[in-house]
Amino acid sequence: MIAAHYAALQVVAPLIAAPLCVLLRRGALAWLVTVAVSWIALAIAIQLLVQVMATGPVSYELGGWAAPWGIEYRVDSVNAFVLLIVSGISAVAAPYAHHTVVREIPEDRHYLFYSAYLLCLTGLLGITITGDAFNVFVFLEISSLSSYALISLGGERKALTAAYQYLVMGTIGATFFLIGVGLIYAMTGTLNMADIAARLDPVEHTRTVLAAFAFIIVGLGLKLALFPLHLWLPNAYAYAPSAVTVLLAATATKVAVYTMLRFVFTLFGADFALDVTFFAEFLIALALVGVFAASITAVFQNNVKRMLAYSSVAQVGYMMLGVGFFSVTGLTGGIVHLFNHALMKGALFMALGAVFYRLGSVRIEHMRGLGRQMPLTMFAFVLGGLSLIGLPLTVGFISKWYLILAALERGWWPIAGLILLSSLLAVAYVWRVVEAAYFRDPPPDRPRATEAPLALLVPTWILTLANFYFGIDTSVTVGVAADAARALLGEGG
Amino acid sequence: MEFLVGHYNYWIFVFLMMLGFYVVVARGNLVKKIVGLNIFQASVFLLYISIGKVLGGTAPIIVDGGGPATYSNPLPHVLILTAIVVGVATTALGLSLVVRINEAYGTIEEDEISGMDKEP
Amino acid sequence: MRHHVILRVIAKLGIPFIVLFALYVQFHGDFGPGGGFQAGVIFGAAFILYALIFGLDNALEAAPMNVVVAFIAIGLLLFAGVGVAALLLGGNYLDYGALADDPVAGQHLGILLVELGVGITVAAVMIAVFFTFADRGR
Repeated sequence: MIAAHYAALQVVAPLIAAPLCVLLRRGALAWLVTVAVSWIALAIAIQLLVQVMATGPVSYELGGWAAPWGIEYRVDSVNAFVLLIVSGISAVAAPYAHHTVVREIPEDRHYLFYSAYLLCLTGLLGITITGDAFNVFVFLEISSLSSYALISLGGERKALTAAYQYLVMGTIGATFFLIGVGLIYAMTGTLNMADIAARLDPVEHTRTVLAAFAFIIVGLGLKLALFPLHLWLPNAYAYAPSAVTVLLAATATKVAVYTMLRFVFTLFGADFALDVTFFAEFLIALALVGVFAASITAVFQNNVKRMLAYSSVAQVGYMMLGVGFFSVTGLTGGIVHLFNHALMKGALFMALGAVFYRLGSVRIEHMRGLGRQMPLTMFAFVLGGLSLIGLPLTVGFISKWYLILAALERGWWPIAGLILLSSLLAVAYVWRVVEAAYFRDPPPDRPRATEAPLALLVPTWILTLANFYFGIDTSVTVGVAADAARALLGEGG
Repeated sequence: MEFLVGHYNYWIFVFLMMLGFYVVVARGNLVKKIVGLNIFQASVFLLYISIGKVLGGTAPIIVDGGGPATYSNPLPHVLILTAIVVGVATTALGLSLVVRINEAYGTIEEDEISGMDKEP
Repeated sequence: MRHHVILRVIAKLGIPFIVLFALYVQFHGDFGPGGGFQAGVIFGAAFILYALIFGLDNALEAAPMNVVVAFIAIGLLLFAGVGVAALLLGGNYLDYGALADDPVAGQHLGILLVELGVGITVAAVMIAVFFTFADRGR
């Protein structure tokens, strides 16, 4: 009986747990609830994915109201995959959070931290699972508001300005999105995504729909940190508490990318998007400029968290590149990169969190000589870095392989060359950290750092090894991603 | 002329939206930015409400078994109620951040704050 | 505000009616315009008015901060709990029809409880926001 309600429970479980944490008022208890709920969410996401792959899309009518009128939760291969990413990262990040939270956040706020964490998770899962355009906005704001609060809990005062900046940019983005949804509603009279897709055809060439498309793309572009709308991201990631950085870096932009995929391909349709003058070319150009500009900026950062944040902007560029190809191979590359990037950035930020736990800093000059003092943590960082570069046998290679294939398929070999070239920039910034950690002596004024506690190492290594497991056995990830790409392009699946 | 007058609700929406947006971008005072953000959001509320209005329509409430013949679309109101709540939450969170920024930096002027944040 | 007799008397007279009006808007919400959001804001406004006229300390004595924060959670739990109850009784999540034998009565009960949850949370949030700002930097 419960199996029929998985779609609702996916969102409701964290939603109920969040106020529960407030009532418990004890940091340790709230943490236990968070871990339990994250694991429950992961179990549900796996069940949903299995169900979707076996029997096709799952639809759930909230409140028992039938689809075009009521809010429908709709799970197909695309968002089942994204649900798996979000809940999977949270299932690893929640156990990891305990030590870093004790270290970084005043004790009387611990239970509020976990409450906000769960609300953020609720929002991210909700955006992904819902089949209602307005509902996306509501969940978008739930996740955004809680992430502003989470970021502002960071130790430095810059965390406050970072959170404020994110709040202003994020609200503008969400409001743009809201305008777009309003214009679509004005033209079609419905908010259900499937219904919109069916009714948009006759009015497709009106200026209103074109304006709605523009508003939605710009609004979501802000949320997913598409170059040049990425300015909020580096500070937000760099100054947030470690556990928050892991969660946001690995999931928040992915969910925004998913939402863009959903709107561009399911609602408007690939044909419409291709009809928009220069949309695909524009997206590819922005993606490539973003990859290079952000990677070059990353090379010059001395705060390693900030460096990786810029690298995240670059990685979003790869995902958008996959979208811009408008082909099954390109989309497969983009979607599989959602998953792969979550794995590598999760592992890297977790390793950095462990460094911060011991050193109280992640500046590159403080990390000198760390390779011998924290061998396991830094080795995880190196392996994560290799995956970021895209070495064969890692997940990073898989995504780039598909992107290059997609470029060659279209005959755009200069783009394939640029993708390879951009990997060299990743080598440059990862190398700076490796050089400092392994080939420099520790600064004399720094007390000797010891290896990070097991509670931090285990989640870090789980994600690090996942980078290799899914880099070697790609049947699950690429299989689902290819299925999702075909579904989005309307070629069955 | 018909184009201008007939779409007056859209003109108000566009004017308010651009006004709010301009305030957010051009003002350095963090509280004023929040005010701008509020105007920006309020413009969208107007857009939704005005496109749901049917001239001569009333609220769609059934009295004694019979509803009004023409009624305005109630759905935008419900949606905007949610959006207003989101707006209130955003404002509260934004202002609380401004209070804490003021405590940490002693100013709420953007250029002074970024001056203090310069990497040494 | 000790000396402003007029303000104090008017507030004392007015606050019970504001609260009563909030309750009217709350429970009339399933027949006419009204509902949890509006009622919660009106209820919160009554409290904030009290705090403005009679001082924050008196208001905090009437509603300590941790009680207010607990009510935020309780309201949300009531909302989500109704949904889960519907689910356990065999309906979909938030399908109020499953709450009673007669679907119409079930819808009625469901919307009443859900709006009550919304009202409690909104009122508590409004009060908490005001208290937090007013308490800062004293």
